[in-house]
Amino acid sequence: MSFLREISPMVRSIHLPGQEVLMSRAARIRTELRQGIKKDFMELIDLSSSDIHSRGIKPISFLRQVMAACCYPSLLHSDRIPADARERARSLLTDSNGGSIGSYPPTGGMAKVRRSVSDFITRRDGGVPSIPEHIFLTTGSQQALTIFLKLLVSGEGPLRTGVLVPVPSYSTFSMALANQGGVMVPYYLCEEQGWALEMEELQRALQAARGHCNPMALYVINPGNPSGLVQSRKSIEEVIRFAAQERLFLLVDEVYQETIHGEDTEFVSYKRVLFEMGSPYSSTVELASFHSVSKGTFGEYGMRGGYVELVNLDPKVMEHALTFFNRDGSGTVMGQIALDILADPPQLGDPSYPLYSQEVQSIKNTLLSNVRRVHSVLNGVPGMSCQPIRGGLYAFVQLHLPQRVIEQAKEAGVEPDMMYCQRLLNEAGLCVVPGCECGQREGSYHIRFCIGVQEEIMEEVLQRLKSFHSHFMREFS
Amino acid sequence: MTENGYHHERVLTVDTMNPRVKEVQYAVRGPIVLRAVQIEKELKEGVKKPFTEVIKANIGDCHAMGQRPVTFLRQVLALCTYPELLEDNKFPEDAKSRARRILQSCSGGSIGAYSASQGIEVVRQDVARYIERRDGGIPCNPDNIYLSSGASDAIVTMLKLLVSGEGPTRTGVMITIPQYPLYSATLAELGAVQINCYLNEEKCWSLDVNELHRALEAARKHCTPRALCIINPGNPTGQVQSRECIEDVIRFAAEENLFLMADEVYQDNVYAEGSKFHSFKKVLFEMGPEYSEKVELASFHSTSKCFMGECGFRAGYVEVINLDPEVKAQLTKLVSVRLCPPVPGQALLDVVVNPPQPDEPSHATFMEERTTILTRLANKAKMTQEILNQVPGIQCNPVQGAMYTFPRLNLSQRAIQEAKEKGQEPDMFYCMKLLEETGICLVPGSGFGQREGTYHFRMTILPPPEKLKIVLAKVKEFHQRFTERYS
Repeated sequence: MSFLREISPMVRSIHLPGQEVLMSRAARIRTELRQGIKKDFMELIDLSSSDIHSRGIKPISFLRQVMAACCYPSLLHSDRIPADARERARSLLTDSNGGSIGSYPPTGGMAKVRRSVSDFITRRDGGVPSIPEHIFLTTGSQQALTIFLKLLVSGEGPLRTGVLVPVPSYSTFSMALANQGGVMVPYYLCEEQGWALEMEELQRALQAARGHCNPMALYVINPGNPSGLVQSRKSIEEVIRFAAQERLFLLVDEVYQETIHGEDTEFVSYKRVLFEMGSPYSSTVELASFHSVSKGTFGEYGMRGGYVELVNLDPKVMEHALTFFNRDGSGTVMGQIALDILADPPQLGDPSYPLYSQEVQSIKNTLLSNVRRVHSVLNGVPGMSCQPIRGGLYAFVQLHLPQRVIEQAKEAGVEPDMMYCQRLLNEAGLCVVPGCECGQREGSYHIRFCIGVQEEIMEEVLQRLKSFHSHFMREFS
Repeated sequence: MTENGYHHERVLTVDTMNPRVKEVQYAVRGPIVLRAVQIEKELKEGVKKPFTEVIKANIGDCHAMGQRPVTFLRQVLALCTYPELLEDNKFPEDAKSRARRILQSCSGGSIGAYSASQGIEVVRQDVARYIERRDGGIPCNPDNIYLSSGASDAIVTMLKLLVSGEGPTRTGVMITIPQYPLYSATLAELGAVQINCYLNEEKCWSLDVNELHRALEAARKHCTPRALCIINPGNPTGQVQSRECIEDVIRFAAEENLFLMADEVYQDNVYAEGSKFHSFKKVLFEMGPEYSEKVELASFHSTSKCFMGECGFRAGYVEVINLDPEVKAQLTKLVSVRLCPPVPGQALLDVVVNPPQPDEPSHATFMEERTTILTRLANKAKMTQEILNQVPGIQCNPVQGAMYTFPRLNLSQRAIQEAKEKGQEPDMFYCMKLLEETGICLVPGSGFGQREGTYHFRMTILPPPEKLKIVLAKVKEFHQRFTERYS
């Protein structure tokens, strides 16, 4: 037996999502289907992650053309790649050390990309200035978040750093926090108010935390994951005032900012609101804002590209943060290329503009259509309710489960919504995530599924879900 | 206090932040590089200097120094990135078949989709077969392969797994000095005890088991040594350990119940006659079941070095051997926290372990490019050690492998004194002056660890031959000037 069984308690404490059980079952079902075993469904539909490429939504052509030309510069002379894509590749290669995307990018990221991102942020925020030197490109938002957790988390016992985390949330962040040994302080979003962030609840969570940990940071996800909430300017101002008053470092996860559904919802960044609130807030509230190429219409998870923008960070702390950025690198060059295009897409008049805007709009239309169908179908199903999905890639649907379900689940030693998901997988071939994996108020049950899928498949999913739900509810009534 | 009644002091300051962070240093991109970048800016702005460009010989980045990417690798990557190119007859069939196979193993046929945290299964299988071929047929289970974002990601993950305990039970990790500062930075961040084992500079940086014993005994008094890290071929030292030495290390690890971490990222970079790369795993298995069934080993590799030099793709892997199943479960859990390694990097790694075969169209070009790159490196290694050894006051061990030279500098008392007054390590003082006067950026030996009272710098052998000659000439001139100035 290995001495390594004394393994670090922090590693041991990371709870792997119960989702793993569902995923293995899903894999077995796929195998059985391939072997010709008959089931009540023809194929398994997996909506557990927000990975739109895995469901057949195509990558954006311009992005892939630029990347291909950067990979293999002979393509700079190929007419298979449109002129503007070639031009962009050329400028990115010029910015690469030795003219190759195989070289290490500098700490913080390629200069050209940092500038593009900075300009993007300034434009997005209606002119609020952004400095490239305060923007760090990384291997996705999770890596950047992890660096901040490394800086923030320390202390023993009641002095251990606490981070306020929304409920519902997503497991990767909680695992990263546990991994760093930080204390999670949950604050519950208000489902009845469309998953709104309420100040009384933030206050309650903070009071409850004090005494058993040292709350230092407030983690917000806007647009919400999985809640779909897009915060109003007023709500953001309230949160900023709260953070200022209670001395909390704001970790703002804005990776879904490109994924807003419909014209009546507007995303406004925390940074913009902070700046427009003026002194003293704008010059004192410490804020780290995260973005990534994994979401939105790009869906380029595998490229691992993201950035963090820092506002009002202590310059001495910055020196130390730099060491982590130095050691861990600024991520892949491919990820940075994707960021460059996210920040600086083809414009009207560019040869690639028509195709680019058509591809992006098509994905946006699909998402909007899916959101509407989800509301329309599921809000009409007895025992189900769904808050408005204003942004993000998930539907987080409440299940109003009968008492018998809860009892049976208890006997089986599983959460009621996990039991629901297991049955849904086995009987309807749908793989979704139970609300217990995301966090939810005690006594409430949910399922989470991704809406980033082709419209026909969304329709199929909703019909299967509706049908399964009716049977299930009848069985347990 | 302001009128709103809240405080101006920041939440996150050097006093409130995680204190371990203060101990984390990473010399390779540290203060000297910051100054080098500043100087580059000044040059751009037209500030006059005794040189026209900054030469960054601080970092093991082949492409940055003008090495061309290997054609076949980039062709497959381009095809994977933009599959419409599969219709383009300018791409060879063998590149296309590999791209198709990789795309089939990706969700939705896209390298933008998530992969499993442990890495794409097909790629892990290919890596396992590569390892089997490399190690003369010793079996490799793909399940023991974890793909990662460069070797660094896997190294940090394994160290995380190894560190636990408090006070006297706190994990101690043995590392051969001089070392690549990723290790010291990570051990500092994790609060592990770093146990220094000095390589023997007089004997070509070889590792002496007696030194391992000495370090271990001393360490047991205040921590619990659990692991031993070896970098072979060595960074920064460039030594390639003999087979005998590797057997000694394995025996030592077995006797003392230590986990072996073998950083083998430079495994193709072997230049000196008589030097050969022996994989720890191969040696372990050839030592028989007494060792091969007992010693726990993690071996790391990456696409950033060797002949590929593809640092920007962040691809690598760790193979774990004889890991306790429960520990392995924890490792699998730990990697899932950081989601998946970059997929283009996984694709790149797949091509590296699946190069064109003799009967395939791209074979000849691929082999020619690979051989040229490795031969050039070997020539540059030889030239570097020859020229530096001609300089009075510089002693340079043979650069048997890897990508660096780590020569020893004789510095006078006066120089050491002035450095102290400036609050700098003497070799940092030296390297800063070198940078300001010649534009050459090296990393001081103090960033890697060295015996007390000795001074070194690490320089890469990567600039193109003509430039390298100029760099070496300038270093030689500078050293002579410096020696005279501080005599």
